[in-house]
Amino acid sequence: MGYPHTSHQRETAVLSQYFGDTEARTLDGWKKRGGYQALEKALGMTPADIVNVVKESGLRGRGGAGFPTGMKWSFMKPGDGKPHYLCCNADESEPGTFKDREIMRWTPHAVVEGCAIGAYAIGAEVAYIYIRGEFTEPIMWMERALQEAYAAGILGANAMGTGKRIDIYVHRGAGAYICGEETALMNSLEGRRGNPRIKPPFPAVAGVFGQPTTINNVETLAAVCPILMKGAEWYKGMCLSNPKSTGSKLYSVCGNIQYPGTYEVVMGFSFKDFLYDVCGGPVKGRKFKAVIPGGASVPIQTMEEAEATLMDYEGFIAQGSMLGSGGVIVIDDAQNMVRIIARLARFFAHESCAQCTQCREGTAWTTKILERIRDGQGTMEDLDTLMGIANNMTGTTICVLSDSCATPVISGIKKFRPEFEALIHGKRVHSVMAAVA
Amino acid sequence: MAEAKMVNLTIEGRTVSVPEGTSILEAAKTVGILIPHYCYHPSLPIPGVCRMCLVEVEKAPKLSPSCATSVAEGQVVHVHSERALEARKGVLEFLLINHPLDCPICDKSGECELQDFTYQEGPAESRLRDPKRFNPVEDFGGDIMYVPNRCILCTRCVRFMDDVAHDTVLNISERGDRALVGKFEGKDLTHAWAGNIVDLCPVGALLSKDFLNKARAWELDRAASICPNCPQGCNIMIEVRDNSIARLKPRPNDDVNKFFICDYGRLNYRWMNRQDRAELPMVRNGANLAVAEWEVAIHSAARLLKDAKPFVLASPMLSNEALFLLTRLLERKGGTGVFRVATGEEAPLPGVEDLALRRDRAANVHGAELLGYTRSENPLADLGADDVLVIADDDLRGMTVEAAARAKGVIVIGTAVPDGLDNISVVLPIANFTEEEGTFTNLRGRVQRFTQAKSPPGQARPSWLVLGDLLGALGAQDSFFLPSDVFADLANARPEFSGLTYDKLGMRGLPVLNAETAGATR
Repeated sequence: MGYPHTSHQRETAVLSQYFGDTEARTLDGWKKRGGYQALEKALGMTPADIVNVVKESGLRGRGGAGFPTGMKWSFMKPGDGKPHYLCCNADESEPGTFKDREIMRWTPHAVVEGCAIGAYAIGAEVAYIYIRGEFTEPIMWMERALQEAYAAGILGANAMGTGKRIDIYVHRGAGAYICGEETALMNSLEGRRGNPRIKPPFPAVAGVFGQPTTINNVETLAAVCPILMKGAEWYKGMCLSNPKSTGSKLYSVCGNIQYPGTYEVVMGFSFKDFLYDVCGGPVKGRKFKAVIPGGASVPIQTMEEAEATLMDYEGFIAQGSMLGSGGVIVIDDAQNMVRIIARLARFFAHESCAQCTQCREGTAWTTKILERIRDGQGTMEDLDTLMGIANNMTGTTICVLSDSCATPVISGIKKFRPEFEALIHGKRVHSVMAAVA
Repeated sequence: MAEAKMVNLTIEGRTVSVPEGTSILEAAKTVGILIPHYCYHPSLPIPGVCRMCLVEVEKAPKLSPSCATSVAEGQVVHVHSERALEARKGVLEFLLINHPLDCPICDKSGECELQDFTYQEGPAESRLRDPKRFNPVEDFGGDIMYVPNRCILCTRCVRFMDDVAHDTVLNISERGDRALVGKFEGKDLTHAWAGNIVDLCPVGALLSKDFLNKARAWELDRAASICPNCPQGCNIMIEVRDNSIARLKPRPNDDVNKFFICDYGRLNYRWMNRQDRAELPMVRNGANLAVAEWEVAIHSAARLLKDAKPFVLASPMLSNEALFLLTRLLERKGGTGVFRVATGEEAPLPGVEDLALRRDRAANVHGAELLGYTRSENPLADLGADDVLVIADDDLRGMTVEAAARAKGVIVIGTAVPDGLDNISVVLPIANFTEEEGTFTNLRGRVQRFTQAKSPPGQARPSWLVLGDLLGALGAQDSFFLPSDVFADLANARPEFSGLTYDKLGMRGLPVLNAETAGATR
């Protein structure tokens, strides 16, 4: 649903069905809407059966990487004698992304239910919901939902009267982008500095507190409930192009567009229709210039690429970008790309955890050069240097923050080189926004 | 130890066979290839953060950090491939963009891993056109100063304090390129082993205040030695500039001190440089001690000892060789050998088994005991009126010297003339342990060699040579030509030492028979 706008008829509201519906936030309201039936059903199944259904549905991680969820769950070996943990990654910090926020604000019980099912499926008795600390409102709703669920006996030592233990805790992040990276999140959860860990060992072997851990995005876990209720076939049916990408996906749309908001469409939807029809097209008198389709760390698309894109994991890759987190940032012709890329680089330089040399030094160096070009002090050699730095920053570090910073730089210089050259050659920025920032 | 499974791989075209679980970096060392690295240190947990040790492993999509990648059967590793070199060159460029090029005034210059690897495979020029970030120098307490501008954030210091010293003092503060090593509030680097982080630091970010601006690394002569400041027997390197000891550094020995020495040992070296030494042999002439020829002095001492019972007050800082030759002296007339030891607080390094600054503050306490000397708080209590007191490098400090007046005669064989004694008959000046060669036996019975680091002052001679000459003058034996000859005699005479020779000891030492812990096998 195009929250906060009215829903568009071409949307497929599965997770966003109750956005804006204040009653769905409460346990009673949620139950009235069919809530906790999925959990009840799940607790009656064997964990292996749940994993199989999820595998069969083709659900892939909605946090950005798109790893098949069922397969991830199957890495958790039952009966290894170790405590298992589920982490729900609600540290939604990717610039331009706010879909998980809406899920937690409007349907917190969907997250609780998803976590409970996920925990049961991987043999965990404890799940942690790691929420970005700035999300004060979602945290409030999540905590209320947990209180209600505990009071109703849905969670706890005897979850839904089945004798199974499922405990869920909310953990607040302290404001670091990098804590959305799964291993950094685990360090942060343990009370350590939020630095990504070197892999292997992978979380399924040694995650939180050194124990086997599965970590899933909010949207992924929330999607498990409808899959269990309506079946894998139904979910697989929500696919317009590549059968490897199934189901519906939430997109948070922001930037220079008529109706920014959170939308839900099925996999394989036309990106052109999405931008121009569902989201209302550009602001009057402007034209779209570029799109960052999956949060700040995916390559920038030109409009030609964007308009040819089918919205699924493979479709975005085919058009030079990635689905990522579904945070669509739309940029119109009034903007200067150098300014935008410099701002993105500054964000990554600020958020680099400082472990790996390439990232710590590269993000800051990139920012210095980009801001110099932005301020009219650049040289043509700077562009080569930027590309060189970006190459050295790609694929050489523990996590992908370094790559994420290099991505907009590489794609920006490749696709919007004239804008860089114009600034280097002393031409005034043609954008109206330039005077503001 | 259980037989580990061996893994065969190829590194730079060389076949390597190492136990399962070995890192590529360590495996490469076994065939003489040093993969450049900063954050990795064999004594610390592996964080894999500096990304300097990236190598190309065939069939792996990305370059692999060789410190954190275990060997696998049939693996083919390229250390110097274009891709790997390019990546490491990139890392060096990144490390240098915020690193000041102040090598001419940096203490680490000449022994800096950033210099070495940049020289080896770094970029000739930096592409940086922007200002470097700046942070002021900080006092970290203890002996340590932090220069954040030079820091490459390898985190070796943080990991040493956390995981080896078990004293959480340091952290990484801030993020991005603002990051620096920080100190937790109210904490200082006062841990007894904190000084090791200066050695661990691959660059000049952590400096010893004691060594600050004393010498350039290339001006120092180095001699392998043993720390004399407690019976732990940590292996050290004595670093000397112009015949003056500038600093002590740990010398790795897996069986004793790993890579570390304590701050007490590290900083307690000034006495080795002391200027008020006994430099010339002297013989009593009436009321005064007069300078004499060595021959004369040796024979004067021999005359005194000829028919008298010797009473030897030995220093536990003396080598096994000197202590052994003194026992030869005792054997002649059934004399007594005693020693005393200064003590202090014990300070263990929790992360390493059986490694501590020990309570006793002398190197060869165990050696002296093995050779039959008696430890005493009041060593001169049993000195008889007919005895000739031989003071072998004990400075008598803190002792009441009245007892010494009882002796028939006093012979000083030492590095300095003790104060307050007016009945000294002969002074035989000897070298201190940094000026001669010899062995110490540590508290676990490990016999370890030390070598000569500087020359003795004036006419002072090595202790074993002086004592050999004295025994010769008494007709007991021929003189010795080398300390190894003395040690050979010792090994013959004392069953604990049997079978040991300087060659067998090497520079890492071996335990005496029936030592408390076997360590290496004989």
